[in-house]
Amino acid sequence: MAPPTALLSLPAGAGTSSITLQLTPPLRYVLRIADTCLIHAQRLAEWCGHGPVLEEDIALTNMALDLLGQARSLLSHAGRLEGQGHDEDQLAFLRDERDYLNLTLVEQPMRRSSAHAPGGDFADTVLRNFLLATWLKTLWTRLAASSDEALAAIAGKAVKEARYHQQHAGDWVLRLGDGTEESAARLRAALDRAWPYTHEMFRRDAVDAAAEAAGLGPGRDALREAWLAEVAAVLAAAKLVLPADTPFLSTGTLGRHSEHMGFILAEMQSLQRQYPGGRW
Amino acid sequence: MRAPRAGLRPARPPRGSRTETALASRIEAAWAALDAVPDPEVPAVSVRDLGIVRDVLEHGDGIEVVLTPTYSGCPATEVIADSVRQALVDAGLGPVTVTQRLAPAWTTDWISAEGRARLLAYGIAPPGGAAAVMPGAPAAIRIRPPGVACPRCGSGQTERLSAFGSTACKALHRCLACREPFEYFKPI
Repeated sequence: MAPPTALLSLPAGAGTSSITLQLTPPLRYVLRIADTCLIHAQRLAEWCGHGPVLEEDIALTNMALDLLGQARSLLSHAGRLEGQGHDEDQLAFLRDERDYLNLTLVEQPMRRSSAHAPGGDFADTVLRNFLLATWLKTLWTRLAASSDEALAAIAGKAVKEARYHQQHAGDWVLRLGDGTEESAARLRAALDRAWPYTHEMFRRDAVDAAAEAAGLGPGRDALREAWLAEVAAVLAAAKLVLPADTPFLSTGTLGRHSEHMGFILAEMQSLQRQYPGGRW
Repeated sequence: MRAPRAGLRPARPPRGSRTETALASRIEAAWAALDAVPDPEVPAVSVRDLGIVRDVLEHGDGIEVVLTPTYSGCPATEVIADSVRQALVDAGLGPVTVTQRLAPAWTTDWISAEGRARLLAYGIAPPGGAAAVMPGAPAAIRIRPPGVACPRCGSGQTERLSAFGSTACKALHRCLACREPFEYFKPI
């Protein structure tokens, strides 16, 4: 297929080859957040034109846009931290799977008709969005005091957006959980599916310890108490019981992803790989 | 032009010498030009009314305009930077650079009184006074948000139709008195 040259301008010298980063602990810390926002945005955006009602179609894509904006700011910042001249687009589109450090939860299929995946239910979207918005709100609140001024500034803006997302998702958890027998059963099933992946949100490792020591941001383990308090309150109001903990621990933040990640990246990256450096 | 408002505008440079007066008027000319730059998605208000112009600085021959984005993912951000650059060049103030400042984060509290009046006249309910910035506020659930006065008939009997609207900054409501739908500029 000939490239649509009228739409895309291609700078000379751009290549399709992947970039590899020199991953220091602070860079890993920032990329874990950036990639979580990026992949969550990509999944939410799959609802564009498919929302169960028009209002929700608009809501899900609006939230995706906020998350994408947050990811852009963080990826640009990660590029500056690395100091090798990589920009947000290169970081978003030219890394290989193992260099993405998002939570595994965000890469799980959201829509029943997601390509190459059995997919879930609208209840999965509602619930995941609620769990993540609460996690991100807790994280942004703490990051607003980061010793890294740029990161603190990004967080100060993002926390307002996350708060609105959490309210919106919380409304839906309540509606479905305390709705009909059918909606409650489906939300319960979604909660059981998502819960094992939440352990990774609070799994402390050397990257967290380094970030905490440098004042860059909180260790993930420090977010659990505030997160659980808010999540438990909303789930209780929705007449849902917290699932029992399981030993499963996902490893997306270490670069080891589920089988779904490759398909997301294939879709996300195909344009930049086919038309290197192409701009709208 | 309107006088600078407290908390929104940088202090004017001290007047006195001829040079300082020239500098002040050049910066004032830039502010005046910014008054005429509409927000691309809510053209009833100018970028200055929206409170997204944080600073106007003079560097030698050039002018630097410091903007703050409204939402992280607002697609208008880049269009606004281009319109600002163009407006100042057209006003003969170029070369112009536009830079971005994230902190402190933009809040709807920075929308000027004139901006709020223009939103209202345009049919968009302006945001509530103190933005919803309440650190530690636990309110995760708010199925029925507080009523917003209808911009057409003024009735408080309104309801929210959609938490998200045609742009990142607005929600959709409707008036139960005059039955008209309207947009509400969300407080953040």
